[in-house]
Amino acid sequence: MFGYYVQLGLRSLRRNPVLTLLMVLVIGVGVAASMTSYAVFRATSGNPIPEKSSQLFIAQIDNYGPDSTDNGEPLNWLTWRDATALAAAHRAKRQTPMYPIGVSVVPDQPNTMASPARGYAVQADMFPMFDVPFIYGGPWSAADDAGQARVVVIAKSLNDRVFGGVDSVGRDIDLDGHSFRVVGVTDYWDARPRFFDLDSKHGFGDLGEIYMPFARAIADGLEPAGGNVCNRPSKPGWDNFVHSECLFVSFWAELPDAASATAYRQFLHDYAAEQTRSGRFTWPPNVRLRDVMEWLNVRHVVPAEARMGLLVSGAFLVICLVNVIGLLLAKFMRRAPEIGIRRALGASRGAIYAQFLLEAASVGLAGGVLGVIFTALGTLCIGAVFDPAIADLVHMSLPLLGLTILVALASTLVAAFYPTWRASRVQPAWQLKAS
Amino acid sequence: MPPFRPILAALRYHKAGAILIALQVALTLAVICNAIFVIEQRLQRLSRDTGIAESELMVVNNKWVAPAAELPARQAADVAMLRALPGVADAYATNAYPLIGGAWQSGVRLDPTSKHFVSEGASIYFVDDHALNTLGVKIAEGRNFRSDDIGALVPNGSPDAPSIIITRALAKRAFPDGQALGKAFYIGNSNARPSTIVGIVEHVQTPQTDSNDDIYWEDSIFVPMHLTGSGAFFVVRAQPGQLNALLRSVPEALKTLSTRRVIPQPHGVMPFSQVRDIAYRSDRGLAWMLAGICVTLLVVTAAGIVGLTSFWVGQRRRQIGIRRALGATRRDILVYFLTENGLISLAGTLAGVVLAFGVNAWMMRAFETSRLSLLYVGTGAVILLLLGQLAVLSPARRASRVPPVEATRTI
Repeated sequence: MFGYYVQLGLRSLRRNPVLTLLMVLVIGVGVAASMTSYAVFRATSGNPIPEKSSQLFIAQIDNYGPDSTDNGEPLNWLTWRDATALAAAHRAKRQTPMYPIGVSVVPDQPNTMASPARGYAVQADMFPMFDVPFIYGGPWSAADDAGQARVVVIAKSLNDRVFGGVDSVGRDIDLDGHSFRVVGVTDYWDARPRFFDLDSKHGFGDLGEIYMPFARAIADGLEPAGGNVCNRPSKPGWDNFVHSECLFVSFWAELPDAASATAYRQFLHDYAAEQTRSGRFTWPPNVRLRDVMEWLNVRHVVPAEARMGLLVSGAFLVICLVNVIGLLLAKFMRRAPEIGIRRALGASRGAIYAQFLLEAASVGLAGGVLGVIFTALGTLCIGAVFDPAIADLVHMSLPLLGLTILVALASTLVAAFYPTWRASRVQPAWQLKAS
Repeated sequence: MPPFRPILAALRYHKAGAILIALQVALTLAVICNAIFVIEQRLQRLSRDTGIAESELMVVNNKWVAPAAELPARQAADVAMLRALPGVADAYATNAYPLIGGAWQSGVRLDPTSKHFVSEGASIYFVDDHALNTLGVKIAEGRNFRSDDIGALVPNGSPDAPSIIITRALAKRAFPDGQALGKAFYIGNSNARPSTIVGIVEHVQTPQTDSNDDIYWEDSIFVPMHLTGSGAFFVVRAQPGQLNALLRSVPEALKTLSTRRVIPQPHGVMPFSQVRDIAYRSDRGLAWMLAGICVTLLVVTAAGIVGLTSFWVGQRRRQIGIRRALGATRRDILVYFLTENGLISLAGTLAGVVLAFGVNAWMMRAFETSRLSLLYVGTGAVILLLLGQLAVLSPARRASRVPPVEATRTI
């Protein structure tokens, strides 16, 4: 029977090609618009580090008091003194203070210009915490952190540029006129959005190519290349800035289970309470400890354009489906006499259902194939709306292809349900009389 | 007067189709009203005037590789070289320029101890006495900076220079009732020294491009201080017709002077037109995307109306034949179908207006957009009604051509 229905369906589709083509087009366009928007939304709202996102936490401490916070929310960063105090307390399984830095990579040849490299001042814990992959070497030691050693971990891209891609561990690299020893080379690591660097294009800035011991960067006076806030006056000069109430450091902690997170939250609270007791704060403790996904949510990482695009294209798909319901209704009901004859000859309601749903499915399938083509075109045009870093994340993939066809098929079947039901209610007697 | 009652009576027999068309019209209206509204807002944003001589300007992102003590001299040498370069009208070094996307923002107060800020996000441009000439900005009141006004911004220093130049918008915000020139206000935190307004410029946009900062988009403060850090932007104004040549010769000349520097690739050297392109990329992109969706939606809706009406015409050939046989003119049949569609579309449009405001109310919360004006909804409703009539025209004309003899065919 199945083969027969397919044959009937195809014949019917050929009978009014304009109507069929119209439906296929409408489904294709509707599905492609929503799939393209969905791909962007997925790319920007995705979990950058799925295995560990619920174990990695960022700490916030309100050091300015209720007068200068928005709705009681502490600001996004910590002071150097709070971040280093938390790191020194070692209350988490792993922890690191960090801030983004920018350095100049000075080449050996005197006649070429230096090149810029962006990166992070971190402690050694950061690498195992964030599961940073290495191709050569590894992180520096805790002793290097304490001793402000002139060591760096560089990314593969920088290693390719400066050392031609060979194992550069143990070699020297000139950063801002100082010589640093390379201890490790990280593999391409594109966890997006950069949850620990949201001040650079909302986590879609460049990936970072340099990791330097936190204490070394501070000692060298490397200015923060991310956000910083100074709501309290401080005396001029880098050292005064570092020791002031100015905020520019993030503090991340790895807390493997709920109990340790609760304990750490209490520790943060106690730390802030201690600051209040000592007279530094004149307000009750106001601290936050958020995991990766909460943090991305609080910082509104998904661009308004992505949310709006998803919404509009979702509405677009719904309108296309309403349209398809109408067109299918017209198409099916036009064949009322045929249905009447088939019913009179003994076809059951179920048989009519099967036949028309199958016909709709073939329309949906064709719409899906067209939708895949349009979606592929759509993903190529993302760069016109979104930042190139976001556009790079969105491309036609096998899962997206499968999803496109599936959505096309499913939505057409949903749309076909009412027209099919109407078709199955056709009274054989009336139709036979009418003709 | 078209025959409403028989039309309504006939509609009862194809409720489903009528409801589907009305629903589609309603949804389409709700979506396109809000989409056009967003498009309009974005277009308004990207057509804002920066107030500077954009077509003659280029910017260079430069970072020196040198010990901190040598940085001021390196900067002075570069700027002097640029000013002497053939084709350059003027140049200066700064921390930011309009539309760069973000820079130093500071609160401004009339009283350094008060909790009230006249602007919470005024943008700071660190400049010298060549900046206004380079940007092509005229002093409206007061005077430009003199060379003896120019101080230095030490690391972690404050932008509280004794004399500053501000925009008219900020002047009005700070001193709504009168003269701002010669008065002082306080930039930054509670230890700030007073900054006296020595000049007012009509309008210069801030560096901020984030829509959250749109309320401060004209709050620019020019602070006469040299930067002393390792990075700076050179803003270069070309003599007429020289911009393209300078885009090559400026980086070459900087490299010739010293290679101990970093000029990033890409976007290290840009004409201002490119700065503008990058700043408003997402606004422009969203506007195009929404416009594309609106047009497609209208086409889809029209196609749906054509499809369903054609079906009705086919279904009712016999009835049409009978009416024609009983004396109805071709015009009567045409009017019948146009009216039928008009009634359905009108019902859909009314529902759509309600829906459009509903969607807008939700968007106001979710995206912080403003209230939809009735004008958009009205225009959208008229467009959809016309579109419906246009879509129905061809099937209706086909119906009007059904011959009276059709009535006798199948009985």
